[in-house]
Amino acid sequence: MLAESVWILTLVSLVLLSAVFLFVIANSGDERDYSEVQKKWYAIRSKWLLFLFVVGVIVTWATLSPYPITDQHAAADADTTVVKVVGHQWYWEIDNTEYSAGDTVEFHVTSGDVNHGFAIYDEEDRLLTQTQAMPDYVNKVRHTFDRPGAYRVLCMEYCGLAHHAMLAELTVR
Amino acid sequence: MSEAIQYDAAENRAGLTGVKAYLLTSLLVFALMMLAGVVLRAAQGAYINIPPEVFYQIMTLHGAGMVGIAGFAGAGVLWYFLRQYVRLNGKVLWLNYFIFLGGVVLILAAILIGGFAGAWTFLYPLPAQSMGLWSPTAATAYMLGLLVIGTGFLLLYLDIGIALIKRYGGLGRALGVPMMFGAKVDPSHPTTVVAGTMVLIVNFTGIAAGAVVLALCLFNLWQPEYKLDPLLIKNLIYFFGHVFINATIYSGVVAVYELLPKYTGRPWNVSRPFLYAWGAATLMVLAVYPHHLLMDFVMPPWMLVMGQVLSYLSGIPVLAITAYGALTIVYRSGIRWDAASACMLIAMFGWAGGVIPAVIDGTLMVNKVMHNTMWVPGHFHFYLLLGLLPMVIGVCYYLSNNRENGGKPLVDTAALAIYFFGAMGLILAFLAGGADSVPRRWAEHFESWRFLGQLSAVAGGLTLLGFLVITLRNLVKLPQAKIA
Repeated sequence: MLAESVWILTLVSLVLLSAVFLFVIANSGDERDYSEVQKKWYAIRSKWLLFLFVVGVIVTWATLSPYPITDQHAAADADTTVVKVVGHQWYWEIDNTEYSAGDTVEFHVTSGDVNHGFAIYDEEDRLLTQTQAMPDYVNKVRHTFDRPGAYRVLCMEYCGLAHHAMLAELTVR
Repeated sequence: MSEAIQYDAAENRAGLTGVKAYLLTSLLVFALMMLAGVVLRAAQGAYINIPPEVFYQIMTLHGAGMVGIAGFAGAGVLWYFLRQYVRLNGKVLWLNYFIFLGGVVLILAAILIGGFAGAWTFLYPLPAQSMGLWSPTAATAYMLGLLVIGTGFLLLYLDIGIALIKRYGGLGRALGVPMMFGAKVDPSHPTTVVAGTMVLIVNFTGIAAGAVVLALCLFNLWQPEYKLDPLLIKNLIYFFGHVFINATIYSGVVAVYELLPKYTGRPWNVSRPFLYAWGAATLMVLAVYPHHLLMDFVMPPWMLVMGQVLSYLSGIPVLAITAYGALTIVYRSGIRWDAASACMLIAMFGWAGGVIPAVIDGTLMVNKVMHNTMWVPGHFHFYLLLGLLPMVIGVCYYLSNNRENGGKPLVDTAALAIYFFGAMGLILAFLAGGADSVPRRWAEHFESWRFLGQLSAVAGGLTLLGFLVITLRNLVKLPQAKIA
């Protein structure tokens, strides 16, 4: 799962960062000539910069190719189910909530009043995908339901008093 | 051009009193807002039961209060150090102080009397469509409060801008642009002037955009037939909000540039990499805001890609120049450790650490499962609790301890340790919540999510406890500080 991978990557990075800081703190006494320290550390910094740059290029390419967002201008394929979703304070109006396992559904999401966040959660309360529900605009988000089950739609953009109670159910048979 | 500005004794006294007022007010407001934050997490953990409307009012108060006071505290720190290099007007500092208080009164009235609970981001058209929870008058008071506070900051920046231009002949020179492009690098050009110029450029622009969007939203509140474009307004709000909150930490970092050299005896001079980093940061802070709109798929794709790429790139000056530079200065320096110098290093850790979850969430494909989850408060609490706040606390200790009677009283060491570990616990609980798909800004959590709320409430309580001791110590000592 992407979220778990991201969490582990973050923890590992934080441990490494902490180790660097602890190393410097542990070696903060024992005064040395600054020009020597600068020479040594600035040489490492050039490599560190190069590393960050290379990682950046690779990550950018890997995460943007293919572009991870549904094409907003292309018409849905014939075998894609198009579902209209309208967010309201504080309920979802969804014109079809029952699909079959393996269906690819393209949600056309908008709002009848304020901004909402349309998010699909699985039975283990894991966020699968989302987009914003905004008045006057339609955001398209496509999702393939691999497994049967009861999925939930939660609101991810604060929209007032009952924001947390703005739930809907999607059934995949 | 690096000679210190000469002030007379009365100007120095007035300047120091003004800075103390900023710092002490900030400490008190931070403590109150932390208490509000602990209440929110305790409610999400079902430790306490508060009605949703009260939860969202406290949430709005916590957000607006923290963002506002972070800007205020950052301005106080920047002003204190920058006045060494350019002639700043103490009366303008006080003018901003009282205008800020006026804005705070309006915001408090909007929330506590008018029941406004539109979140600090006042995302259009929510302030005008509360379903009867608050009135247009309450929404007006809230947005006017923000507008008033922004006006005060603009006046302060105007004074700073005039002073920089008078001294350096232009903002480009103050930022070091000629030295970036071939002119001989003057190592005595103050790092604080470079940082202060960057903050001035970005925050003046950001607050001006904020003023425009607030004026538009206020007009819409009372003339509802005058419709606004929700996507345009969202862009303007996030541009303003992103720039303003970023400027707080870029203001506070001058404390690190100024204090670490004093504690290590090593200079922090400008160099080409330093100037490139600040020049790039100036442009990137202005251009990176679309990473807040990654889930608005109708945005032009090039803007979303730019948001992702600049999110990553904007972490590099922090990780490779400022934090790295701080570590280089401290390494084998024989640094004199006390509460102030410890705070400077904690601040560098907090800023660099906060970059990691921020950059990851700024990736489009990750944002699809992290946007508006607890991951988001996780990353910005990292920046603010362990980045900005230690900068502010460190300056308080630096002024309070005064070089002659400085030291490492156990109570300060213990308070800082409790604060640090409490904050780390709170941040990790937020990030764990994000990894577990827990949405942010929910008054009531599913039962399976409550444990993280409880953990956060305890960790937040510890953070508050440490911070209260720090605040009390400085409330007693800071008013007596003599150096300017």
